[in-house]
Amino acid sequence: MNRMVPPPPTPSHVTEDGRAIGPVLMELRNITLRFGGVVAIKDISFDIREGEIRAIIGPNGAGKSSMLNVISGFYRPTEGEVWFEGARRPPMRPYKVARQGIARTFQNIALFSGMSTLDNIMTGRITRMRSSLLSQALWWGPAEREESAHREAVEKIIDFLEIQHIRKTPVGRLPYGLQKRVELGRALAAEPRLLLLDEPMAGMNVEEKEDMSRFILDVNDEFGTTIVLIEHDMGVVMDLSDRVVVMDYGRKIGDGPPEEVRASKDVIDAYLGVAHD
Amino acid sequence: MAAPGASAHDPCSIPALLARNVALYGDRPAYREKEFGIWQAWTWAEAADEIRAMALGFLALGMARGDHVAVIGRNRPAHYWAMVAAQMCGAVPVPLYQDAVAEEMAYVLDHCGARFVVCGDQEQVDKVIEIRDRAPGVEHVLYNDKRGMRKYDHSHLNWLHDIGDEGRAAHRRLEPELDARIAEQTWDTTCVMLYTSGTTGKPKGVVLSNRNIIETAKASVAFDHLGQDEEVLAYLPMAWVGDFIFSIGQAMVAGFCVNCPESPDTMMTDLREIGPTYFFAPPRIFETMLTSVMIRMEDAGDLKHALFRHFMDFAKGTGERFGMPRYRRKQSRPTLRRRVRWVYRYAMGIGFAIETLAENAVRGFFVRLRHPLEARKHYQARGPLLNLYPKPLRDYFDYRTGEVLIYGPLKNTLGLSRIRVAYTAGEAIGPEIFDFYRSLGINLKQLYGQTEASVFITQQPDGQVRSDTVGVPSPGVEVKIGESGEVFYRSPGTFVEYYKNPESTASTKDAEGWVATGDAGFFEEASGHLRIIDRAKDVGRMADGALFAPKYVENKLKFFPDILEAVVFGAGREMCTAFINIDLTAVGNWAERNNIAYASYQELAGHPRVLETIKSHVEEVNRSLAGDEMLSGCQVRRFLVLHKELDADDGELTRTRKVRRRIIEEKFADLVAALYDGSAEKYTETEVTYEDGRKGRIRATLKIRDARSFPAEFPRKVAAE
Repeated sequence: MNRMVPPPPTPSHVTEDGRAIGPVLMELRNITLRFGGVVAIKDISFDIREGEIRAIIGPNGAGKSSMLNVISGFYRPTEGEVWFEGARRPPMRPYKVARQGIARTFQNIALFSGMSTLDNIMTGRITRMRSSLLSQALWWGPAEREESAHREAVEKIIDFLEIQHIRKTPVGRLPYGLQKRVELGRALAAEPRLLLLDEPMAGMNVEEKEDMSRFILDVNDEFGTTIVLIEHDMGVVMDLSDRVVVMDYGRKIGDGPPEEVRASKDVIDAYLGVAHD
Repeated sequence: MAAPGASAHDPCSIPALLARNVALYGDRPAYREKEFGIWQAWTWAEAADEIRAMALGFLALGMARGDHVAVIGRNRPAHYWAMVAAQMCGAVPVPLYQDAVAEEMAYVLDHCGARFVVCGDQEQVDKVIEIRDRAPGVEHVLYNDKRGMRKYDHSHLNWLHDIGDEGRAAHRRLEPELDARIAEQTWDTTCVMLYTSGTTGKPKGVVLSNRNIIETAKASVAFDHLGQDEEVLAYLPMAWVGDFIFSIGQAMVAGFCVNCPESPDTMMTDLREIGPTYFFAPPRIFETMLTSVMIRMEDAGDLKHALFRHFMDFAKGTGERFGMPRYRRKQSRPTLRRRVRWVYRYAMGIGFAIETLAENAVRGFFVRLRHPLEARKHYQARGPLLNLYPKPLRDYFDYRTGEVLIYGPLKNTLGLSRIRVAYTAGEAIGPEIFDFYRSLGINLKQLYGQTEASVFITQQPDGQVRSDTVGVPSPGVEVKIGESGEVFYRSPGTFVEYYKNPESTASTKDAEGWVATGDAGFFEEASGHLRIIDRAKDVGRMADGALFAPKYVENKLKFFPDILEAVVFGAGREMCTAFINIDLTAVGNWAERNNIAYASYQELAGHPRVLETIKSHVEEVNRSLAGDEMLSGCQVRRFLVLHKELDADDGELTRTRKVRRRIIEEKFADLVAALYDGSAEKYTETEVTYEDGRKGRIRATLKIRDARSFPAEFPRKVAAE
């Protein structure tokens, strides 16, 4: 029976705080994305390793969100290949990508505002629900057991994110910071292997940012989830991430550990501007 | 071993009480906690098993007799169990305030020399690790919530559940030792050590023996007829003596179930789900509840609003009479006969009302037809419709109608439907707030107590409840008033000593066992109830010799929902002045309704219209003070609204949220000076501490307002002589 289960990946290296960084989970090879005449992404390659926090940074309009959409399968790259778990990923529908174990949050909150926090997070379990519409409607046998199991998973996430007090509150009534947390919860409910966070801390105050950072680190630590995040706050990026990709005008201008990227001249120029003479 | 008043068979320690409860109520719930959205319950037998395993685990770690075990965390069953487990090992539990900053924690841990620290979660573990070098006695840190703990160095760090498992594994080896340690406990063994928050100086460790805790618990359980079927919600800080008495002392003695909320934020929801029968809250909680009810009523429709207003006005006079829960009935399920009686009564009431209405309508119709002009005059003169029946009966039916329409649903929303006994203490409660809950039919009472007395000094018996007294001496407690007006007491609950502090012990407790409370008060001659005026050391004289009692004035100010906190100055000065803190919820809501935009607390606090409102409140207080025989000199002539909320993290309040007068006066010395030099505004800079311990500065220019004062209605005694 043991043969059926793949052996756990041997860590290829271990970070100084003791987290295991595994082999390459996803690799993007020479991705180019065009919308008509506009080139959003120009020939970018990088990889994402199992268990790491990978940040994508860059000025406005650098193509970061487009990159995330390519990873999540929402955009099909014009050129280039996406390799996931050692196999080339054919163009597929986003829901199929989700079934592969990729979940995401959005830059602009995309929750069901009339539904409660609990129900919103429950929708994250959709890819894992197996019983048919009919048996769910009849609420009989396997459907009932399955629902309880899903509810348990959702409650664990609610506990993890410390949002018990808004369990039954309609999401539309919640402040922004909490909505972001609920969205993270919904992404976590899919038990993803790869979690994509699009500006998880945009528009938050310092305290909310600290909370969110703590949650992102804990997710990575507790569940071993690989995380790709886009973020503008450089302090946060430098503290959280293991490796950083820097983009500017659709090109990759830097890739490496935060200290290295921060020292790079191209990156400084992209952020501070450079005198053209 | 047998002390006076205790027979040989009486359990004389908490572990012994636990064993008794297992034997008596083994399969009744002892603890509940909401986890993952579901109330998880442990019976007495299950809880005892967990506690025993934990105690064995502690022994395996080398816990010795007399060790101190600090417990830091929110109210969770495992934390209560850890305290009892420590007692089993002959060690002394020391619960600490979980929101204390690392500095305060370092002092306490070092002072008691704790070898073991039980932490709730990562946050608390981090604090303990941070202060490790300042509390060198700490050997083992245990934690309850595993989250985020994976990466820590586990050489001195253990998961509480692992300790339990280790204890179970080693039970053969350690069981005899544990039984021996439980058996050697006497009335005089230390039960718990609690640190008082202290409005002045460093916290003091109050040592309470088994006798103190258990005798007090027994007396108070008998006083309010508490039984094993009570439900309580444990949500107050574990470091506070009240929580220890209610959630451990009384729960063990009476054998009732302790319910722990899911998280501090869900307290109100959990309160509603549990529907406690016995409830304890400081006035602040009742104020917050009332404020939220009032804010939501503002948003309700006209019909609901009118009904609410009508029935609440009605209840003011009648609730005390018709609403109170009956004196403890047998708590069994209502018999069929009683149910039938209820239905019959309601049916009769409704029938009565309908009959009267119909009769009046029919008769009125014909009368009006025949004599239209006279009839109008007659009906106008006659008044309300249903006056054919005697008023008490009508009031009874009206109150029952109110119960169905307003009081019942309101109590249900607040989670107070099943309350038999509720207590408030710690601070004075506003008479309006107090009457609001009483008129709803909630048996809210006041008690007066302190850590050194194991809570109870005086309390109000059923049927003798008033908002301005704190009741009669609790059973077994003697109270006397000293020459200076200070209140002294002597009781079985009187503490043993302050830990490692014989000077303070001697200055508080005299050779005969009388303890000075530090509060000034007097007994009302007519009723025999105690009234507390103020802290004895705060009561002073003004420059012209008039009596000055700041707390009394502050409480009057705080009874306004807009005012969260007030600090009154005036000892030795020619007039009284005040700092005011606005209540952000109430004032913010008011601002929203009046289209007043504000970006921050500071901006709202400085808004001219807010200042106007506060000024009117201050003047109202002045007017009522003018009618007071003793305190008419304490009218507040000038005040300012502070730009920051007074906070325990800045040392301005104690952890139980009492004002630290001296510290505030020193810290804001420039503002106090400005109140007295006649200036109209003052620029100031203040250092603030954030929750994570970082510091910052805030700057503001504060406006100072004059308030009208009123001539005293009574000739002042000083002047008459």
